[in-house]
Amino acid sequence: MTTALEVASAVRDPELPVLTLADLGVLREVSEEDGRVVVTITPTYSGCPAIDEMGADLRRSLVSAGFTDVEVRLSLSPAWTTDWISDEGRAKLAEAGIAPPARIGPVAAGPVPLNLVPPSRQVACPQCGSPNTSEISRFGSTACKALRRCHACAEPFEHVKEI
Amino acid sequence: MSFDNAYESLLGGEDAHWAFGTGFSEALSGVNREFPAGVDRDALAAYCLMLGDDALICSQRLAEWCSRAPELEEDIALANIALDLLGQARMLLTRAGEVLGKDEDELAYLRDEREFRNVHLAEIDCGPGPGGDFATTIARLLVFSSWRLALFSRLRGSADPVLKAIAEKGLKELAYHRDHAAQWTVRLGDGTDESHRRMQAGLDRVWPFVDELFATHSVDTVLAGVAVDPASLRSEVDGVLEAVLDAAGLTRPADTKAARVAGMAGRDGVHTEAMGYLLAEMQHLHRSLPGAVW
Repeated sequence: MTTALEVASAVRDPELPVLTLADLGVLREVSEEDGRVVVTITPTYSGCPAIDEMGADLRRSLVSAGFTDVEVRLSLSPAWTTDWISDEGRAKLAEAGIAPPARIGPVAAGPVPLNLVPPSRQVACPQCGSPNTSEISRFGSTACKALRRCHACAEPFEHVKEI
Repeated sequence: MSFDNAYESLLGGEDAHWAFGTGFSEALSGVNREFPAGVDRDALAAYCLMLGDDALICSQRLAEWCSRAPELEEDIALANIALDLLGQARMLLTRAGEVLGKDEDELAYLRDEREFRNVHLAEIDCGPGPGGDFATTIARLLVFSSWRLALFSRLRGSADPVLKAIAEKGLKELAYHRDHAAQWTVRLGDGTDESHRRMQAGLDRVWPFVDELFATHSVDTVLAGVAVDPASLRSEVDGVLEAVLDAAGLTRPADTKAARVAGMAGRDGVHTEAMGYLLAEMQHLHRSLPGAVW
């Protein structure tokens, strides 16, 4: 028998459909309480418009797998960061031509340092592998992606930016 | 649901999958929302309205640039920043609404001007309309995001679990906003004579609204331990702005203060002339067609 966790783990992200919600790290918990499946998810960004879609997709998948009583809860804390994207998720992103984020670790307490120039993070081109790439725009087609270009193969590509 | 063909979603199917604008659930559904013991709930609601309205109104101003920014990437950037702020506003208004017995839509669309608690800096018209300029919008974003980032950084220590979670969530978003504005300020200030002139003019335009950001309100005092006293942020924010202006070769404008009305300002519900026009545009659809969705 398929468990609720297996069903929920297979649901894909509406904006990055190469990833499951589990790969992306927004699926926090799946539990069963008195026959009711409780799924906890967390938003990537405060204004992420996909969060409701995620909830609806989870509910639909679970219902069609036979779990009729489903509750989707939203958890804000601990806040999602790109470090929650699994290694498998990173590999899938790269395979789909989207550069995965670097691991950044926890935010330090105290004032956040100012960056007067974009941080010179090395992001390898997902097409040709060259490290010779630069940022075109910090803000891309969705809240979580930046737009970059490769100077070796001249292709533009998306990068899931570190947050 | 298949995403192989985007048009499938547009053509109906199981539900209105494509309509991201429709039927959002409550912004805080499922979040642990117990009120900490001993907290003045009315003051907490007032505080959430202040921070929520700042984000909502600034978001509305940024969204006005949609399709009108100087380049496509910037159009997307400003819209993304507006979206982050809108998300913060939704969570904060929902928190306020739990005390007030209203939902986020009622608070955003059905309050009158005097009930909004945002600072004047968020509401002033910096463009793209007549009299505004992209550089003025960047100047506002620089000041606003530097201040809000400092505030959220401290708010991570709030005794209210929801405010704490909202701050932790929004912190890195605001860091991106501030860096974006700072980098544009340097690019324009240290660019051509014309870009320098316009960036300086933008700073001069917004500077009289800086002082209000650091004024302690009675709500901040009542909510000690939950709220952040904005006066405590001044030196940190000044330091950031000074570093940006130095790198950009710009002059810090003189510390003039915009006039108040009988000693009152945005936090008291007293607004500038621009606010009524902004609200008319933001609210008219909902007020004309209550419950309208798209």
